[in-house]
Amino acid sequence: MAPELTPSFPPPATVESLLLQYEVEQLLYREARILDDWNLDAWLTLYTADARYIVPTTDLPDANPDTDLVFIDDDYQRMAGRVGRLKSRHAHREYPASRTRRFISNVMVTDVDGNEISATASVAVWRFRAGESAPYVGYYDVRMRRVAGQLKLCYKRAVLDQEALSDHGALSIIF
Amino acid sequence: MDINNTMSDIPMYDSLVYDRPDLGQFKVHRSSMTSPDIYDLEMRRIFDRCWLYLGHESEIPNAGDYARRVVAERPLFFARNREGELRVFHNTCPHRGALICRSDRGNAPVFQCFYHAWSFNTSGELIGLPDADGYGPDFDRAEMSLRAPRYDIYRGFIFVCFDEETVPLREYLAGAAEYLDLVCDQSIDGMQVIPGSNRYSIKANWKLLGENSVDGYHVIPTHQTYFDYMDGQGAETTGSRKGFGRALGNGHGAMENDAIFGRPIAMWHPYFGEDARPQMQRVKDDLIARFGRTKALRMAEKSRNLLIFPNLIINDIMAVTIRVFQPTGPAGMDVTAWELAPAGESGNLLRRRLESFLAFLGPGGLATPDDVEALESCQQGFRAGGVEWSDLSRGMTRSPRGSDELQMRSFWRRWQSLVADLPYVEQYEHGLTPGAIPEVDPSPELAPSADD
Repeated sequence: MAPELTPSFPPPATVESLLLQYEVEQLLYREARILDDWNLDAWLTLYTADARYIVPTTDLPDANPDTDLVFIDDDYQRMAGRVGRLKSRHAHREYPASRTRRFISNVMVTDVDGNEISATASVAVWRFRAGESAPYVGYYDVRMRRVAGQLKLCYKRAVLDQEALSDHGALSIIF
Repeated sequence: MDINNTMSDIPMYDSLVYDRPDLGQFKVHRSSMTSPDIYDLEMRRIFDRCWLYLGHESEIPNAGDYARRVVAERPLFFARNREGELRVFHNTCPHRGALICRSDRGNAPVFQCFYHAWSFNTSGELIGLPDADGYGPDFDRAEMSLRAPRYDIYRGFIFVCFDEETVPLREYLAGAAEYLDLVCDQSIDGMQVIPGSNRYSIKANWKLLGENSVDGYHVIPTHQTYFDYMDGQGAETTGSRKGFGRALGNGHGAMENDAIFGRPIAMWHPYFGEDARPQMQRVKDDLIARFGRTKALRMAEKSRNLLIFPNLIINDIMAVTIRVFQPTGPAGMDVTAWELAPAGESGNLLRRRLESFLAFLGPGGLATPDDVEALESCQQGFRAGGVEWSDLSRGMTRSPRGSDELQMRSFWRRWQSLVADLPYVEQYEHGLTPGAIPEVDPSPELAPSADD
């Protein structure tokens, strides 16, 4: 389950909260666009150096990656390794690369705690390759911080709604 | 038989494997991976007769715990009854057929069929049904209780068998039991399945994943990006590794190799971090104290990929994984994989183990997606025609190395005898028996730096 909404949600519609909503949406849209364009080096620049990117397994969406098996539990170094791999000709599931289109919606800024902003969003990624077409569907649970005036992601937990990776056989793209 | 003919007829069912140790030739007819008729034969003659992996005892530790599975297209579930004993059931109501267990896992004091509300206790006995007066005096509650397939447990691994005639599980496992022991002995407290499982499907014949899981020859060319990444992390995977392949009897096989770098079970490497060093040394010392130096170092420092016929893999490599694949047709399978760890392992040791698993394994890892692609690519290639036979002769004329294909030939020999209903004769090549460890060829094996 996505994190519970606090009783104070939604925040009052002040100019500040509307600006923040806009900023968060634009960051998530930008990430989607960058990934759809396979502009993977640019993807890394959206994240802080202490970032963590987690995708739980389909049967345990609330997994704790420190004690449970997940699909992906990357620190920034592993994220960079993933990018390096996907850029090579030897990531065979993605060479030639699939065509993807990401749809981000239902973006909600759920908490602002000091410097850290939390948000959730619904996501569908359509992926087309080798005659197959199927979506990955789920939600993002993200946290962001301002680094030198720029909003960056420091945590992304991308949770799949699928019961199994039946259509794609793998999670070979960044979700 | 002329294996060079280009006719596209499917050979007789007893001629699908061309096995000529005298010529160093071993070929498998590709119809075995594409034909619906052969698939039907496999379901009847292999999956209805062999011992098949169901699950691990640690998945249901408490009374009332249950988990459900599909094994060889059959819905089953297993549970721990009130007395703490394991029970396995066909997942169907004896009344009119509905599934009894409709969640993947959970805990329940009673299993109730939602259709007509028949209730069964955790031992499977029919304990209640609405308006029982509607049935005559000869209504037999025992006969209307949940049905159990034949099942047995080896060191926590639960297997089922749908044939009463098949040999007992321990005999069936033959030399594979030793390899399960090498995993289970790693912890004095036993091994447990970590919560969370990898569930994915591959559009390829099920046998291709069995081959792939014990194929040392593909590791370096297919998974180059994994080695590049690990080397970037200071793992130094470029050293030459040696090992051997084995036939373990009854179609089981294994390859055993020097570890790629360290291993979570007691082979420290700088990759794991300096803080892990004393912890891992303690685990290693404990293994030496319990099993002696030879066995302890084999457990700690060698990787093992084990294929238990027909569809179970236990890979004790950069982590321990249980991988089972259920055929869904000639060109499809559903895969489920778990991670196995010493019971009670926690903190840094467990985190390093999980991390080590995720770098390579699983559908989101840096290597497993390549295997999915390779298998589907083979399945598509089979449609191309022009080539009728696949070759599995590597290492047939030398002492079997880890990157050779003896362990796959072992699978296929058993497969051929079952599919064609032929008497089975063990053939180990080079006069090796299941108890014998092959001599390790001192010449270097393929190393990641090799550019071939």
